[in-house]
Amino acid sequence: MREVLADLSLVAAKDLRIEFRSRVLANQVAPFALLVLVLFGVALDADQRTLRSFAPGLFWVAVLLCALLAVQRSVAVERADDAVVGLRLSGMSPAALFLGKATAVLVQLLVLEVLLTGGIIVLYRSSVEDVALLVLTGLAAGVAVAAAGTLYGAMAAGLGVSETLLPILLLPVLAPVLIGATRAFDDALGAAAVDGWAWLVLLAGLAVVLTLVGALAYRVLVED
Amino acid sequence: MDIMATESRITTGSRGTRLLGLAALAGVLALLVFAFVLTDPDVRTHPTSGEEFGQFDAVRLLYLHVPMAILTYAAYALCAAASAGYLLRRTPWWDVTAHAAAEVGTLACALVLVTGSIWGRPVWNTWWEWGDVRLMTTLLLFLLFLGYLALRRAAVDPESAARPAAVVALVAVLDIPLVNRSVEWWENRTLHQKSTLTELKIEDLTLFTLVLGIVVFGLVVTWLLLHRFRVGWLERAEVTHGIDRAIAERRGVASTTGVDSTVGQTREES
Amino acid sequence: MSVVELRGVVAVLGRFPALAGLDLTVTAGETVLVQGPNGAGKSTLLRLCAGLVVPTRGEARVLGFDLVVERHTVRRRVGLLGHATGLYDDLTVAENVTFWARAAGLGRVAEARANWALGRLGLDGPLADHAVRTVSAGQRRRASLAALAVRRPDLWLLDEPHAGLDQEGRDVVDDLIGEAVAAGATVIVSSHELDRVRRLSPRVVTLAGGTLVGDRLGVVRDA
Repeated sequence: MREVLADLSLVAAKDLRIEFRSRVLANQVAPFALLVLVLFGVALDADQRTLRSFAPGLFWVAVLLCALLAVQRSVAVERADDAVVGLRLSGMSPAALFLGKATAVLVQLLVLEVLLTGGIIVLYRSSVEDVALLVLTGLAAGVAVAAAGTLYGAMAAGLGVSETLLPILLLPVLAPVLIGATRAFDDALGAAAVDGWAWLVLLAGLAVVLTLVGALAYRVLVED
Repeated sequence: MDIMATESRITTGSRGTRLLGLAALAGVLALLVFAFVLTDPDVRTHPTSGEEFGQFDAVRLLYLHVPMAILTYAAYALCAAASAGYLLRRTPWWDVTAHAAAEVGTLACALVLVTGSIWGRPVWNTWWEWGDVRLMTTLLLFLLFLGYLALRRAAVDPESAARPAAVVALVAVLDIPLVNRSVEWWENRTLHQKSTLTELKIEDLTLFTLVLGIVVFGLVVTWLLLHRFRVGWLERAEVTHGIDRAIAERRGVASTTGVDSTVGQTREES
Repeated sequence: MSVVELRGVVAVLGRFPALAGLDLTVTAGETVLVQGPNGAGKSTLLRLCAGLVVPTRGEARVLGFDLVVERHTVRRRVGLLGHATGLYDDLTVAENVTFWARAAGLGRVAEARANWALGRLGLDGPLADHAVRTVSAGQRRRASLAALAVRRPDLWLLDEPHAGLDQEGRDVVDDLIGEAVAAGATVIVSSHELDRVRRLSPRVVTLAGGTLVGDRLGVVRDA
């Protein structure tokens, strides 16, 4: 168990350090996130009130799109110079590899979520009414997306045509996360009268299930 | 499984499937008669105004839509079971079964969605309704398995996609209760609940035709499944034969390469 | 003891039989040079011995473990130098080697071992703190070797170790291999650099068309 934890931190730290050096998230994905918000605003051509009520949904669609990029990047880092071979030879357990990479993706997603929250407050005039719910939702949904993304990212990468295959594999699986997170945000941002905390429970369940499934199934993909 | 024994050309047909096919065909004809001729359209008279209302002829879609829905779930369940079997046993039989079941299931699912939409238009006045639990779940199931099929086709050889595909199938099937739950909570507007099935009087002939539909389409789907399985099996065999040929070719290259093959001698370079 | 035992091994990549019936036995402590034309299957052979490629047919045992069922046990005990660097471009040379040392489970001695490896490969000094992306191809090769050396594996599998290296680099590599051999490791090298490898007095096996076509001891005769 201690070994898994140590390996997990090693891999996560490595991925985050690479991100810090290469700044792909900062220079490419973050601007993309804001761009998506702007595009929605332009395309919907709606009055402030409508944008405000759409904000939760638009937010989470933006997160999902960014997640695709973040996951692709996570996978690409290993494939660029065949570092994945080294990982397979290292003897680190597949579960540790999975959790490490998923953690790194999670951290990046959380940063994006903070940025996007700022975005919807400024661009869509959203106001945060329930901070705790907002934060916890962001965390739970983030875990679910990171877990599913890491699993499916590895799957798609193994077959080569990952850029086009990943979205069609990943997004349907994340549909319940989208539904749940949007509803919870509806409550947290005061955009609709729903019980966000109930949805949070669903999200937490999804997060746990996807993480467990990912950790188990990663073995099948990496151990080969 | 000696598919090729009786024919000089390769075919996935066999006596069994031919009988099955004939039975299915006969069944479809019988069903058509029942569905279009013998059963009545859904016509009801309003108690006070005397006006006629109801689904009229649209109700005949019941005999296609409902059986297909049942068979979709059955096919996907089979795919999930075969995927689990493959992960446990790792023999090609499970893998080919899973693939065949997924393809047939996706075809059935597409039919469910299309017939459902066509049926919905006259009856509920809409082609689509977000928030209807069954619609959303079926649509998502369809998309999940489209992903599965895309994954399969992205692979150069059937073997390398087998394990990831099995995982995708299992996750897809396990995801469904979660999707169900979340959509149910989501809107709670279920058109399906104002249900067509409960407001219709399903009795006597209608019930019989419905059951006949399930049986007949069950036969059709089974026929498709068997053939699809055999195609997949032949594909595997072809890959193996191809490899045997390639091995022989490659060894041919080896023997023509002019390399010194003395063993155990020490040579000094001049 | 046999470190590698292959009998009638067929290895299929996609639909192509890279190895088409290979027999090879390597005993502990041996140094083996694998030569042969391009496309003969040399790289696949090394990857197979590393436990990365599953044999489709035949019997294959490495370090006593069966490659079909015990592959992951083999992987931990070998060191593979492939064509690609296996490094992370955005991390420094030192960070890369330290990472791989930690990944190998060295724990507390990871950093010390990494420093040792960097030193042996001539990568200590300011070079160690440069991102891998910015150093030359030869230096990257050395870094890859350093990442392998930290593992101190029982079986070294080297695919063109001298490729892209200057004279000094090649000497360093030879010393490293010599040291490993002296310590009892088994080394299998695939190389076109017959001159360099000759010094190690290896056994020379020749591969062509996915099978073994030559096996002799001593000095290599140019084909």
